[in-house]
Amino acid sequence: MAGSNPNAKPMNLKLRVWRQPNRQTEGRIVEYDVKDISPDMSFLEMLDVLNEDLLHKSQDPVAFDHDCREGICGSCDLFINGRSHGPEKGTTTCQLHMRKFSDGDTITIEPWRANAFPVNKDLSVDRSAFDRIIQAGGYVSVNTGGAPDGNEIPIPKDIADRAFEAATCIGCGACVAACKNASAMLFVSAKVSQLALLPQGQVEAKTRVENMVAQMDIEGFGACSNIGSCAAECPVGISLENIAILNREFLVAKAASNNLA
Amino acid sequence: MSRALFGKASIRPYLWAAQNDLFPVDKFMNWFTKTFTSSIGRKIIMSLTGLFLCSFLVVHLVGNFQLFSHDDGVAFNTYSHFMGHNPIIRTIEWGLVLGFGFHIYEALVLTQRNKKARPHGYDQWEAKQNSEWTSRNMGILGSIILVFLIVHLYNFFWRARFGTPDPDINHNDNLYKVVVTSFHQLWYVILYVAAQASLGYHLWHGFRSGFQTLGLNHRKYMPLIKNFGYAFAVLVSAGFASMPLYFYLFTNDQGALKDGVAVTLQHLTLAFN
Repeated sequence: MAGSNPNAKPMNLKLRVWRQPNRQTEGRIVEYDVKDISPDMSFLEMLDVLNEDLLHKSQDPVAFDHDCREGICGSCDLFINGRSHGPEKGTTTCQLHMRKFSDGDTITIEPWRANAFPVNKDLSVDRSAFDRIIQAGGYVSVNTGGAPDGNEIPIPKDIADRAFEAATCIGCGACVAACKNASAMLFVSAKVSQLALLPQGQVEAKTRVENMVAQMDIEGFGACSNIGSCAAECPVGISLENIAILNREFLVAKAASNNLA
Repeated sequence: MSRALFGKASIRPYLWAAQNDLFPVDKFMNWFTKTFTSSIGRKIIMSLTGLFLCSFLVVHLVGNFQLFSHDDGVAFNTYSHFMGHNPIIRTIEWGLVLGFGFHIYEALVLTQRNKKARPHGYDQWEAKQNSEWTSRNMGILGSIILVFLIVHLYNFFWRARFGTPDPDINHNDNLYKVVVTSFHQLWYVILYVAAQASLGYHLWHGFRSGFQTLGLNHRKYMPLIKNFGYAFAVLVSAGFASMPLYFYLFTNDQGALKDGVAVTLQHLTLAFN
């Protein structure tokens, strides 16, 4: 199987893949050989090759999450060689290319590991915990009326930029997977600060952070130790500064909100 | 006041006041305890107690530098007497007990919570590629410091408060002698130096981390806080470790400089004069 680059030499790899039939059954690592992998393939395309192989042998293909395959949906969630989304910095698994590996490499592929992210099957995990955190307050519900004039609400450029940076979080869960404590603090902080930084989000700022943090704790994520693995492994580079913003927002809300419960 | 809230609790007499809205105990305790038992709340307690303990380290270190004053421990014993008998210091001491207590308690609770958050580990785990060793091993480092703390408290604090050390020339307890004797035992010196190395690594991550948890991370000041924390970690741990090393290597049983050391020091002083 040749790639688009005629000089690229195809690779043979050994894969160690986590196979688990369902949530209730304990899984195990299974080894597979894949041959003639083009260095121009994405990691997911390499897994497609493996699955076609397995189908030809009438075996169960490896289940893994994927959707847009262009790095914006946050679906592909593979823990590759001990790191979220593999060895390359600032990429999702679908944007990781096989040229980052060498012929003859052994690659270990595991699902995200967290109590809040149960494994559905093989490498596919249930990340609906993130959805429930968003449902707890990660939105603006005030009635904004008709479409306002573009610059009616003045927002300084640097604030708009920081809110945008936080908003680039694609909710892939790499932060949770990489964190020693399986903490979701980077995700929650991005979702809290993207709204807290903007005037539209400030109306509900206090209830938002209280409810989202409460939901985060209910889901069973760990606590933050400021280790920084999350930010280092984040495909879109959400920074630890957001966690500081989250903590500030939380403290202010707890001290000053009208919520006595 | 709804019946649902108090139906079960009405048998508890102390809630009578709350039921009559004299003092809304349950409401107050509710948001307050919820805040400090949440994951962020517990981290805030960790950071506040940790930074408070950092301030204690400074006082303890500066005071202990009097061990180096070459006066057979007179200054150190006077200082120790003050620290052991001044009512203000004795009151603050309870704050220190609470500081250590909460820091250790929250560490245990958080560790348990964090372990539960990942019941199934990874087959391959390359955390060293994305984070510092110290930051991932605060619990181990803290445990070493705790073992040290227990030995340390038994040896010095317990003896000073409840023992009967010999008096010095000012009739203060001669704790200097206790220090000198302790620091001539090799196992003790090794324990102390190892514990101070652990403390250094603990502070290396802990100092900066405390500020981050309190939300004090600003792009203007964080580099300063970070570098100050690194310097703090090195200076404090090296400062404390210098004491057992000094007495073990350079002094005799009485705490006076060994002959060879004294002569070398004299030569050095002359050379720089």
